[in-house]
Amino acid sequence: MKELRLMKGNEAIAEAAIRAGADAYFGYPITPQSEVLEYLMSEKPHERTGMVVLQAESEIAAINMVYGGAAAGRRVMTSSSSPGISLKQEGISYLAGSQLPGLILNVTRGGPGLGTIQPSQADYFQATKGGGHGDYKLLVLAPSSVQEMADFAKLGFELAFKYRNPVMILSDGMIGQMMEKVEMFPQQARLTEEEIIKKYPWVTTGKTPDRERNIITSLILDPAEQERHNFRLQKKYKDMQENEVRFETFDCDDAEYLFVAFGSTARICQKSVQLARKKGIKVGLLRPITLFPFPSKIIEKLAHQVKGILSVEMNAGQMVEDVRLAVGGDIKVDHFGRMGGIIPMPDEIVTALKNKIIGG
Amino acid sequence: MAEAFANELIKKENLVYEKTKVLTDKTLSYCPGCGHGTAHRIIMEVIDEMGVQSETIGIAPVGCSVLAYEFMNIDMQQAAHGRAPAIATALKRLMPKKYIFTYQGDGDLAAIGTAETIHACNRGEHFTIFFINNGIYGMTGGQMAPTTLPGMRTSTSPYGRDVQMMGNPLKITELVAQLPGAYYVTRQAVHTPSNVRKTKRAVRKAFELQQSAVGISLIEIVSNCNSGWKMTPRQANTWMEENMFPFYPLGDIKVDGELVKK
Repeated sequence: MKELRLMKGNEAIAEAAIRAGADAYFGYPITPQSEVLEYLMSEKPHERTGMVVLQAESEIAAINMVYGGAAAGRRVMTSSSSPGISLKQEGISYLAGSQLPGLILNVTRGGPGLGTIQPSQADYFQATKGGGHGDYKLLVLAPSSVQEMADFAKLGFELAFKYRNPVMILSDGMIGQMMEKVEMFPQQARLTEEEIIKKYPWVTTGKTPDRERNIITSLILDPAEQERHNFRLQKKYKDMQENEVRFETFDCDDAEYLFVAFGSTARICQKSVQLARKKGIKVGLLRPITLFPFPSKIIEKLAHQVKGILSVEMNAGQMVEDVRLAVGGDIKVDHFGRMGGIIPMPDEIVTALKNKIIGG
Repeated sequence: MAEAFANELIKKENLVYEKTKVLTDKTLSYCPGCGHGTAHRIIMEVIDEMGVQSETIGIAPVGCSVLAYEFMNIDMQQAAHGRAPAIATALKRLMPKKYIFTYQGDGDLAAIGTAETIHACNRGEHFTIFFINNGIYGMTGGQMAPTTLPGMRTSTSPYGRDVQMMGNPLKITELVAQLPGAYYVTRQAVHTPSNVRKTKRAVRKAFELQQSAVGISLIEIVSNCNSGWKMTPRQANTWMEENMFPFYPLGDIKVDGELVKK
């Protein structure tokens, strides 16, 4: 029987993390994502599955706790919102450099600086282009429903271990705070230490006589060796681009125009598609589910079919750069966005399509 | 003649000392005369004597001992600057039966990592912190540290540490000892055989305390940095005794959760 619950996005991902067999969660309060830590504390996951939950002294400590647990092969998660995610960037870079799996949730709010606590998508660049120092990529998932907040906790852990790479769930204050129906998957058992050691031979769980010691580090002082390491990382990102691209299309079969939007903005654009079609404008919607790897090929393909593309984002125009790169300049591509925590209305998106793409 | 003597010496029945297998054969990268090598050795010897190599995970810092994992023959992680206690917190909570330690210098532990140090100690995490205090940033070339003495010359306090302008040295070990989560806090040295023996006893005590999960143990080792101090090893040890020890007095600060009355 299906287990249906009515939950906030932040609660759904917390519950899903327990069920996905997470070994630990380390967090620090910040609006609009504090419910993740609150829910976990109230659920007593140490009694349910033995999962460790700890409120750290800072976002910096929390991401380094993720590093420690991940290096022992554990499924470890942290969450925060934009200013806190900035603080985690050092640790995220170390995770990527040391090739450690870890799940990081950003319930994005408006910025820069302390900004606002309302929803935003202004951390797209930070999530997809690096964020911290050095040449690295995160695998970035963009949920657009409470259901996906839950599902991506599980998927995120799987991908993080598949690639030994940190995974970011780039959500926003709207998905985190809104309540929706969510179907919960059944409890998955946490791996035992024996299973972890068998599955992940690189873990630092103690050097046994049958193997050399395991070292987790991102320090490679020899430039030639560091470059070889960089090439290995780049190969991994290329593999992700070949195997992990995820997207969804709405009404694209006969579309003459296209919206590209992710997360909560994609939900709003579905309504905009309906409104536009009532007015006789044949517009479709492409929703990237993975922001890295970005669904460039499908956008390139649709660019041969449509007359123009509007990238709709709650920011000043970030994903639009990746859309333009995918299109390659043959058709008109523009951006429409609201900032500062303002959520765009469906009709103003249709008006923007008319003004910026159709009429322009 | 010399060869015959050497051959006689290396006979097994004449063996009086052997390097522990819990140290690797890699040549230490530390300057001759530095205390790091001795500190590494006695910690690894204790792990060997307790028979817990397969249950011990160490965290290396950023600083001179950033490459500690090259010399310590155990599973190790390399931490971002100052963050070792956060990493150790997660490891110990996820694997409570394992022996977990951090090995940190003064810049790592008492400047950039102050928050992680204080909070791990205050939570009473059940791991051990080894804190090597030589009053200077060795790896980056001798800059002022949080523990640099008043008046002490470094490359960023070239006329001596002016406490009015640069602030006072931080006695973080005394500070940590005040916290309820700190169970065993001691300050030792490794520049003489007698100090080495005392420090080794402290290391053993700290590791044994991890079994009873009573709180954090922190062992400060006041050490020299002859390169950074611009002295010979012998001069540096004398200077350490005359200047560092009066400011950072050796001995137990907190034992069995109780502050030691002076």
